Amino acid sequence: MSLSAVEPTNQAEQARRRDRSFRLGIDVGGTHTDAVILDTTDRIIASTKAPTTSDITTGIVQALQDVLAASQLPPDTIACAMLGTTHCTNAVVTRRELNSVGVIRLGAPATRAVEPLLTWPPDLKRVVGVRHAILPGGHEYNGEPLSELDEKEVRRTARTFKGHVHAVAVTGVFSSVNAVHELRVREIVREELGADIPVSLSSEIGSVSLLERENATVLNAALMRVAQRAMKGFERAVRRLNIPATLFLGQNDGSLMSLDYAVQYPIFTIASGPANSIRGAAALSQLRDAIVVDIGGTTTDIGVLYKGFPRESQLAVEIGGVATNFRMPDLISIGLGGGSRVHPEAAICVGPDSVGYQLQAEARVFGGSQLTATDLAVAAGRIQLGNPGRVHALPKTTLDQGLDYIRHTLEDYIDRVKLSADPVPVVAVGGGNILFPDTLRGVSEIIRPEQAGVANAIGVAIAQVSGTVDSVFSLEKLSRTEALDQATALAHERAIAAGAVPDKVEVLDLEEVPLAYLPGNAVRIKVKAVGSLRTV
Amino acid sequence: MMKLDARAIQDIALGAAVLGTGGGGDPTLGRLMAQQAVAQYGPVSLLSLDELADEEWVIPTAMMGAPTVLVEKIPSGNEVIEAFQMIERHLQCQATATMSIEAGGVNSMIPLVVAATLRIPVLDADGMGRAFPELQMVTPTLHGVAATPMVVADEKGNQVLLQTPDNRWTERLARTATIAMGCSACIALYAMQGHFAKRALIPGTLSLAAQIGQTLRTSKQTDPIQALTSLLAGRQLCQGKITDVQRRTEGGFARGEVEITGAGPDAGQTFRLSFQNENLVFWRGDRPEVTVPDLLSVVDEQTGLPITTEALRYGLRIAVLAFPCHAQWRTPEGIALVGPRYFGYDIDYVPLRG
Repeated sequence: MSLSAVEPTNQAEQARRRDRSFRLGIDVGGTHTDAVILDTTDRIIASTKAPTTSDITTGIVQALQDVLAASQLPPDTIACAMLGTTHCTNAVVTRRELNSVGVIRLGAPATRAVEPLLTWPPDLKRVVGVRHAILPGGHEYNGEPLSELDEKEVRRTARTFKGHVHAVAVTGVFSSVNAVHELRVREIVREELGADIPVSLSSEIGSVSLLERENATVLNAALMRVAQRAMKGFERAVRRLNIPATLFLGQNDGSLMSLDYAVQYPIFTIASGPANSIRGAAALSQLRDAIVVDIGGTTTDIGVLYKGFPRESQLAVEIGGVATNFRMPDLISIGLGGGSRVHPEAAICVGPDSVGYQLQAEARVFGGSQLTATDLAVAAGRIQLGNPGRVHALPKTTLDQGLDYIRHTLEDYIDRVKLSADPVPVVAVGGGNILFPDTLRGVSEIIRPEQAGVANAIGVAIAQVSGTVDSVFSLEKLSRTEALDQATALAHERAIAAGAVPDKVEVLDLEEVPLAYLPGNAVRIKVKAVGSLRTV
Repeated sequence: MMKLDARAIQDIALGAAVLGTGGGGDPTLGRLMAQQAVAQYGPVSLLSLDELADEEWVIPTAMMGAPTVLVEKIPSGNEVIEAFQMIERHLQCQATATMSIEAGGVNSMIPLVVAATLRIPVLDADGMGRAFPELQMVTPTLHGVAATPMVVADEKGNQVLLQTPDNRWTERLARTATIAMGCSACIALYAMQGHFAKRALIPGTLSLAAQIGQTLRTSKQTDPIQALTSLLAGRQLCQGKITDVQRRTEGGFARGEVEITGAGPDAGQTFRLSFQNENLVFWRGDRPEVTVPDLLSVVDEQTGLPITTEALRYGLRIAVLAFPCHAQWRTPEGIALVGPRYFGYDIDYVPLRG
């Protein structure tokens, strides 16, 4: 009797498990390495949290084992495994495992007024930027040569790099308009230094603005070794568990890239965590446009979900003290979290200091002596935690003013990332989302998804693949439509190179900006194309 | 004689951005050029206007073109020297100093590159006391002086010497040359002798910019906006939040309107700021309160740091400050050249009262 009742479910379950189309996402955070397994409908089959280890890779291996065990799925049902990792960010911040880079700039005699790496912090420059040269080459805004490429000089420079650099970075003036000089320099450097020395080209990394693009390209070259090690480690761990999945890395625009692609463009993994959190919030809330507030223990990150992806920052973003201009999520980080200390002085405030990971020992409700934001949430009855009796005696004015402070801080910063005064939905994720009041000024609704704690891992597991173009087009020989077509085709090409199914790539966003002070003969075009994953 | 080192340059770049009234481009690149030149050749001496003898020459230097191109095709640093020296050869003079023609992110810095490289002083004066979009909008124009002889030079070694009957032709030909050179070029123009400079220029602009920068740097913990308005004998027009920004490109210029919703003491009021590269008119409700040529600066409500018109966007917490322009601009000739009507606003200029 019981058997026949159970049997059909088991068959369905077994069929489902033979489905071989599960996706596994891992996100490495500052304290936890989260993992999830999703089915084809983005349903969560299993989710786990493991501590992040100092070498990162050990924590990833643990997370992989844990989540596979929790799912009870056979390893060969995992079709794709995606990793969002902080290997590269850590390498820049700690200045460890970085390549020394030979820097070639093409534009001489132009651009000599500001040397490469002039603004770099000295300690980072010592490690990375040992040799640089400004050589003839590069282009004008309309794609015509600025000066002829001097191949002999490139060869001579490459030889001076021999034995001193692990990688080479090449940045040509207006290479986003015309990249032929950069491409030719890559060939020459390979002939001189061999294929083992990777060469990063600025036209593949950043947008208009030479110094910031050069910085991003040099950082990219500096990160290639650490990226290669991280990805080999990930691949080994996955194969050791007999998971045959195609592997992907999370990028900082909330999309994915194949492992081969990621080894060449490791800089795109920087800040992939917040990007994944925004994508995860999109998946959990089913929204395409919203503000995502990720409240942790110490800080709150506020980002914007725009057409299903993180909105990109328009400003130069500093990485390890270096100004760069490659696309990064537009984020505001504020010193407010579950562990923020409450300062009950005349003008009460909460944060920016925090008890951090010691919340479980220091907060009043857990028997500690520090009044924290979490204590306020418990006293207000928003959540049951620890011993609520320990905050019963809290003066009502302290409680009210503390909660008001949190409310106003959230309202203020949410308003700062908005594009207009219209009310917007907010998705609250992260462990500290208990701090959220039920309503906020300027907010149409507050969504608190159930699986908000692993939003990052969900975000990386559902990511799509993208290709972007940000370049100046001269309209002397092209019509506006032809320029737009060229840009769109290139974005498609890049999405496919990153691992998208060729016939399913769509343009997500297209922006056209005429250049100021110019008589309408040049335009800057930004295109982002997105497609779904190609799996084998 | 005051010496300008790397820190003074940082202060001047910041102060010039306040005087740039939202225009003048991003000051970072200009500052880096000046700092590299000073690191290589040593600090620059600042020469006051009265230290310039009547028969001595000063040749202003600057950049012209699209800011987007400038940050990509950075100058060689040599073209501006060549432009300066070509004017010297043409006038058969040896200039005592160079100077900036306007206060603003880039053009306050270029003369420092020239001065450091040639080991000559930079004159503590300029031709605007602020930033303006067009070449003829300088106080020497009020004294009947033409911009030419003018040299437009690029990094490739091209130098074009212009001699024109009026500034309309200068603007037209210089712009054509700049576009052919790749939309960014260095210029030297408005060469003049000491006796004329003392009448026609606005004195003390660089040292004022340095003072503004220093004030902002040192008053972070106190009240930078208060410090700024008292230094410049101006006042705060409003504080609040930007609630709308409308932009359009007209004739190569970025024009637009900003709506500000008052906060703090200004809660309940709405303000508007019109700009064309620079901030031009401040409206309280529908009433124009302060107009060009008086200075209108948008600054961060807390740090007092200046915000360029390109960076204005919804949600920024700002204060709008107004400072009186130099007396030369308040003459009928000055108002005709750079008053609100020149920029297409059918309103009269009413001088800002402190």
